[in-house]
Amino acid sequence: MTQEIIRSTAAQLAEKLAAKELSAVEVTQAHLDRIAEVDGEVNAFLHVNTQEALAVAAEVDAARAQGEELHALAGVPIAVKDLIVTVGQPTTAASKILEGWHSPYDATVVKKLRAAKMPILGKTNLDEFAMGSSTEHSAYGPTRNPWDLDRIPGGSGGGSAAAVAAFEAPLALGTDTGGSIRQPASVTGSVGVKPTYGGVSRYGAIAMASSLDQIGPVSRTVLDSALLHEVIGGHDPYDSTSLQESWTGLAAAAASGDVKGLRIGIIKELHGEGYQTGVENRFNESLELLKAAGAEVVEVSCPNFQYALGAYYLIMPSEASSNLAKFDGVRFGLRALPEDGPMTIERVMGATRAAGFGDEVKRRIILGTYALSAGYYDAYYGSAQKVRTLIQRDFDAAFAQADVLISPTAPTTAFKLGEKLNDPLAMYLNDVATIPANMAGVPGISIPGGLADEDGLPVGIQFLAPARQDVRLYRAAGALEKLLEEKWGGPLLAQAPVLGGAK
Amino acid sequence: MSTDEILDYDSAFEKYEPVLGFEVHVELNTKTKMFSSAPNEFGDDPNTNVNEVDLGLPGVLPVVNKAAVESSIKIGLALNCQIAETCRFARKNYFYPDTPKNFQTSQYDEPIAFDGYLDIELEDGEVFRVEIERAHMEEDAGKLTHMGGAAGRIQGADYSLVDYNRAGVPLVEIVTKPIVGAGKRAPELAKAYVAAVREIVKNLGVSDARMERGNVRCDANVSLRPIGQEKFGTRSETKNVNSLRAVEHAVRYEIQRHGAVLESGEKVVQETRHWHEDTRTTTSGRPKSDADDYRYFPEPDLVPVVASREWVEELRATLPEPPAEHRKRLKAAWGYSDLEFRDVVNAGVMDLIEETVAAGLKPSAARKWWMGEVVGRAKVAEVDPGELGITPDVIVQVNGLVEAGKINNKMASEVLDGVLAGEGTPEEVVAARGLAVVSDDGPLLEAIDAALAAQPDVAEKIRGGKVQAIGAIVGGVMKATRGQADAGRVRELILEKLGVEG
Repeated sequence: MTQEIIRSTAAQLAEKLAAKELSAVEVTQAHLDRIAEVDGEVNAFLHVNTQEALAVAAEVDAARAQGEELHALAGVPIAVKDLIVTVGQPTTAASKILEGWHSPYDATVVKKLRAAKMPILGKTNLDEFAMGSSTEHSAYGPTRNPWDLDRIPGGSGGGSAAAVAAFEAPLALGTDTGGSIRQPASVTGSVGVKPTYGGVSRYGAIAMASSLDQIGPVSRTVLDSALLHEVIGGHDPYDSTSLQESWTGLAAAAASGDVKGLRIGIIKELHGEGYQTGVENRFNESLELLKAAGAEVVEVSCPNFQYALGAYYLIMPSEASSNLAKFDGVRFGLRALPEDGPMTIERVMGATRAAGFGDEVKRRIILGTYALSAGYYDAYYGSAQKVRTLIQRDFDAAFAQADVLISPTAPTTAFKLGEKLNDPLAMYLNDVATIPANMAGVPGISIPGGLADEDGLPVGIQFLAPARQDVRLYRAAGALEKLLEEKWGGPLLAQAPVLGGAK
Repeated sequence: MSTDEILDYDSAFEKYEPVLGFEVHVELNTKTKMFSSAPNEFGDDPNTNVNEVDLGLPGVLPVVNKAAVESSIKIGLALNCQIAETCRFARKNYFYPDTPKNFQTSQYDEPIAFDGYLDIELEDGEVFRVEIERAHMEEDAGKLTHMGGAAGRIQGADYSLVDYNRAGVPLVEIVTKPIVGAGKRAPELAKAYVAAVREIVKNLGVSDARMERGNVRCDANVSLRPIGQEKFGTRSETKNVNSLRAVEHAVRYEIQRHGAVLESGEKVVQETRHWHEDTRTTTSGRPKSDADDYRYFPEPDLVPVVASREWVEELRATLPEPPAEHRKRLKAAWGYSDLEFRDVVNAGVMDLIEETVAAGLKPSAARKWWMGEVVGRAKVAEVDPGELGITPDVIVQVNGLVEAGKINNKMASEVLDGVLAGEGTPEEVVAARGLAVVSDDGPLLEAIDAALAAQPDVAEKIRGGKVQAIGAIVGGVMKATRGQADAGRVRELILEKLGVEG
């Protein structure tokens, strides 16, 4: 029974809950049991929220018994990336500097989960302050890839991706600044969506780079992401950058499975050289399937994408250096005192930040501080903003030719833990295909594209759509998912090694 | 703390001329803060008017207060500025514990208002134009109180208390262009400029404008350059000069100090200075270079503020009459002479007279009461006339008692003493102190007879038609009744007695 529950999609669970075939407490308990069973190996969770999750589930069951009207996802449990603040659970951003800190307020997305009565299973691991592509930069130990425990689950949202891939949760929330939802989805054989910038409120997501950050859904199917997207999306008066749009019709688009006449643009610059052979093979296979299903595949060129990574590594650290200034030991979190010398406020702040931040965080703060300095601003931050405009123009031109764009999500499959830890540049290159969407604010999705021939590890396929056209992502991705699963005879994750006791 | 040498004030002007510049911070009186829904309220218990945004907790985002933007546009318009069609906020990055995010959300190269001016009228009526560079929006910092150590400074303090109630309070910073040509009148202009800004924001209703509460705070930049030299000298910036008198004194002191530095062949240090009201001197603060690096960049959590021309014109239409024009109109309406009006303004009773006139008094009567009875008392008490405790309402009541013949002018003064002593309303004071004039004609007629008999030649003159001579007889009667008589009634009775038309 537990196996059946945890392997169900969110949509299936919602149906069974509504039909009273399952209770919310059963569903929640099954996932908590699964966490207890496998998370010692996977380390997807930094905190497990047992009591509250079961209490919310019990509320749902009671309400349903009373015949109350409930949200479709009421009683479907979810995991939350530990970058998003929650009342009643610690929020650490996977940093020592916030160890033990409890937020006195809920993020807007968390309020929405509570309103829908979705039990929150706990908080998932990430690279410290979402800075990284492997979850190895967590101060609380790396998360491991359920496909191969010696490999990285991607990052920064490796915890959320691994949690759904290891059947510890049917749904999770992630945040995506340069690919932190999509790249983990790619390497764990799961689904991840970065909505249009402003489509989901950022209020309560601890900011890394404000102009790039976006909260989005993590799941095992395109439909499940669409259902969650409809819960968390919409305008928030607490986030000035949030759009007025309300998001409906996403699940319907995901379920339609029709790409006939859809114009799909292959981005010339985002495949081929530098991409692993197995990744390239699966990408081409997907293109053939889409063509066969009636999609019109064209090639588009986005020449300025070659500057995206460089510009991203100026804008992101610049904003991060300012956003992370508040972590100083004065009002909350860790306070470390200097070991010798005078006890001044500057030295206490310095000692706190020296002790509380990890190397990657310090690296980015230093980069950003430098890039914003007088005399360098125009050359670095200023030029990077111009590149951003050029990338937006490339997207505009591409979307004049195609309804959606397609590329591999990441150039490679999951690498080994530790393999790139001492080579930041190699690590940064992982995000080359995902960064352009953040730079332009357009939405993107990654779905499983199969296993690479050479290592048998998951490959991700990315779709991109114009700003505010998230619905197109769901239509295209839903269709490809269906075509691929027909070919595989089931979901890709059914081929993943079995974790835990039920081997 | 070493004492700086200063030059005799007039000597400083033999070789040098001063250049001034002001940054005036105005706290807006909006209901909520610049970027959060926490109350903007002065004087509450520390750290009660704060929410997660003001404390800069992880995950929070700012939202611009529309009322604060409106107030800022109004200030810009009142300062004859252009209003930007679109402008952005920026982050000014620096670590200091009164700034919860360790950056201040401010405006940098895109102020909401720019290129304005203000005509400042000095005490003798000379008008001096001060050019306004910009007026921009920003948030206030929290308040630090340094405990232990010397002089309430962070250096050497044992610990510091921080109150974030003020953190996030909306501010408008008004920056002048360099002010040249004020010469020896520089200190006077400084005071008049800050007074004018305070008056404007108060008149607009956008600030409580109480300098003693820090609603209006002035940083005064002063430099000297040799007469005939184009290039400005090195400036000092005296921070937080928080009364009009202090602005005047600080500018005067800095001119004298700079003069002494330059005369000794030294260079003026570019730095901030602290003002000390007790000694009326400044002391060295921190070095301030033009290269202070605050790593400004556009605030990515906020979208640009768009001020449509329609909105700006709507706001312009709501602006009250500018104070200078208001004064011109009142002067004409009241019929005061130049001197009378200037005295009224300088004594700080113009608004009080305006209210009194609005309540029905003649302008001449209102001036008589405020200038004659209240200003002197306020000076003795060392408070503003408006804060003494005499309201326009009291003046109206006292004047009414005099006109009704219930008291005379001398008693009126005593009535005001009584009101100030907390003895109640004017009517109550009259009753309690037994101040009613003698209105029974019997005793008066006796006194009149006595006075006429004592001055038969005067009586004769009056009979002969020289009515103006009556003062001597009235005086005699008043003396005899120890001022308790109604002089008007006495006059009537004398004329009646002598059979003369008044």
